[in-house]
Amino acid sequence: MTTAPTVRTSTPEERFVAAFELHEGHTLNGSNARIQGLRKDAIESFKQLGLPGRKDEAWKYTNIEKALRHEYRVLAGAPLDEVALENLAPFLVPGLEAHRVVLVNGRFVAALSHIGSLPEGVIVTGFAKASEAHADLVNTHFTRYADFTTDVFAALNTAFAQDGLFVYVPKNVIVETPIQVINLTTGDEDVLLNPRSLVVVEQSGSLKLVEGTHTLTEAKIFTNAVSEFFVGPNARVDHYLVEDEGANASRIHNLKAHQEADSYFSTSTITLSGDLVRNDLHFLPDAENCETHLFGLFLGKGRMHIDNHTLVDHAKPNCYSNELFKGVLDDASTGVFNGKVFVRPDAQQTNAYQSNKTIVLTEQAQMFSKPELEIYADDVKCSHGATTGQLEREAIFYLRSRGLTEERARTLLLLAFARDVLEQIKIDALREHLDARIAARFAN
Amino acid sequence: MAILEIKNLHAKIEDNEILKGLTLTVNPGEMHAIMGPNGSGKSTLAAVLAGREEFEVTEGEVLYNGRDLLDMAPDERAREGVFLAFQYPVELPGVSMMNFLKEAVNATREHRGEAPLGAMDFIKMARERAALVNLDPSLKQRSVNEGFSGGEKKRNEIFQMAMLEPRLGILDETDSGLDIDALRVVADGVNHMRSDDRAFVVITHYQRLLNYIVPDVVHVLVDGKIVKSGGKELALVLEEKGYDWIKEHADEPVTV
Ligand SMILES: Nc1ncnc2c1ncn2[C@@H]1O[C@H](COP(=O)(O)OP(=O)(O)OP(=O)(O)O)[C@@H](O)[C@H]1O
Ligand SMILES: [Mg+2]
Repeated sequence: MTTAPTVRTSTPEERFVAAFELHEGHTLNGSNARIQGLRKDAIESFKQLGLPGRKDEAWKYTNIEKALRHEYRVLAGAPLDEVALENLAPFLVPGLEAHRVVLVNGRFVAALSHIGSLPEGVIVTGFAKASEAHADLVNTHFTRYADFTTDVFAALNTAFAQDGLFVYVPKNVIVETPIQVINLTTGDEDVLLNPRSLVVVEQSGSLKLVEGTHTLTEAKIFTNAVSEFFVGPNARVDHYLVEDEGANASRIHNLKAHQEADSYFSTSTITLSGDLVRNDLHFLPDAENCETHLFGLFLGKGRMHIDNHTLVDHAKPNCYSNELFKGVLDDASTGVFNGKVFVRPDAQQTNAYQSNKTIVLTEQAQMFSKPELEIYADDVKCSHGATTGQLEREAIFYLRSRGLTEERARTLLLLAFARDVLEQIKIDALREHLDARIAARFAN
Repeated sequence: MAILEIKNLHAKIEDNEILKGLTLTVNPGEMHAIMGPNGSGKSTLAAVLAGREEFEVTEGEVLYNGRDLLDMAPDERAREGVFLAFQYPVELPGVSMMNFLKEAVNATREHRGEAPLGAMDFIKMARERAALVNLDPSLKQRSVNEGFSGGEKKRNEIFQMAMLEPRLGILDETDSGLDIDALRVVADGVNHMRSDDRAFVVITHYQRLLNYIVPDVVHVLVDGKIVKSGGKELALVLEEKGYDWIKEHADEPVTV
């Protein structure tokens, strides 16, 4: 056993840079030389960019610098064999048949994963393994969609990322059975994790990906995740993320997707628990006839802080995007929604819709919602809107006047509100599982 | 014992007194009609009876089967057999009509000490009762009132009443918005439910409805009070002479 030296300096930036200098050259080493080079560029970029302050418009309501002042250790963590198969039981989705990948503290664990047989040419493995065994594929796409020169959290992740998920779907291959990724965090140490995912779906390929994030520890964990998606021409990706972490777990989920012509991407982000959760979803439909769907359901409780930032950047004509984020905020939780839709001058015939609706259940809970449309083309159909309010008294009264208790009336109405998003989930087992969980949550 | 006994009821919302000393007794088996000008307080009366919390009762009492009705929560009143067919039923997107109604029916049954209805029995009962008011079967598969036409919403109210089998049905302008055929169907549905131990209070603006649902008593509600009560012929007088005449002749016996 070796004891890792501790790094203690004043600002989070300084600590991260010091940790990088300490680990660079050994712990962070892999066999992919390109990635080694990118790490150095990324940490330089991180130094240049610095962590955003509250003057930064994109972080106005989320004090991320403060959250990172806690002395998280970078690159440490429990031995991965600490997690046993039976620890997975609570996080399996009943009835969901899937190729299962398990990541513990961002590291791929083969012994817990059950990938099973995949269609010819499909690769599902850990990112570290892939960067050696499939270096050509990884090098073609890695860091191309998550730009570390402009995004400080992409820079931080790129500097430290060791492992995560890698999926490759070749041309014309349809992966019928969903791929399920169970992300677990564990260990006694307060750590900052930087898992990295790369998902590549080539022309006319199709993939369903179901991700869940869960916590097995009381320690404070900060996950700075980056997922890059490449969706080839006429390809299709259905992505679901269920964020269901412990009360001491915070996360930034940075999803960057690049869409080629005639492609389809749908992502649903369901946030159930955690401490601070920031979802940054960026879509660049960079060719004609792309279809992009963003659904979100966020349920705040306790002192949770849930921030959803989305950007759909329409650069080319004839694309469609649709966005619906709904939230229910209880106790003293806070919600933030900032949805940006850009329609660039070339993007004629764009159809872009965006809506955010939030129910605030208490006086302490707060919602900050800011939908934004910036349109530079003239022949487009776009709409956006946001509402924040309480459950309607008239609706509660109607149900009570039929004999339902006030509690049941509220539960039914909240569930009806949430189902708008849940109904978009096309995997029956997942939808039913979430529906039952959310019904139970509202019933309390 | 009377099903409903309202004595000197005063109710206000914010600082507006709407009901100003209303007295009314409804016995088992009776059909009462309440007519009156817009804004006179008819829907307020219905809302107070159903338990809307926005209205504050400042004076008077309401007994339901001898018990203090105002002391009961709205849902308890419903389980005890009070049913309000709303003048403006709300739409509840995402709340499944059948699931909600099954829960409502079984909440009432449980309250009465009866076993809950199973899925098959419930569906059978729903099919029969929907047919009673000619409710399009596909409407039952939708969310409560969502996208229903005005007439469909009213029919849906009577369908729910038929399912919940109340002791006291309060119908607030169920006839407005119904075409002539629908009016007859809904009236038949209500008549079908009339029985010796059940009573109805029907609020309407139109004598026409009372040709189909023949009332035992007609009341005229003006400015928060019942100013005149009479037999079914009072509705005809009202239609002919208007409310102003009634206000002036409140103390005279009714002659046609
Ligand atoms: N929520 C409210 N806030 C303020 N005033 C109200 C409210 N609800 C009802 N009122 C007032 O109370 C009075 C009685 O209204 P109510 O709805 O009981 O009349 P109504 O007899 O049913 O009339 P209509 O025949 O038009 O249905 C009206 O003046 C109305 O404006
Ligand atoms: Mg009215």
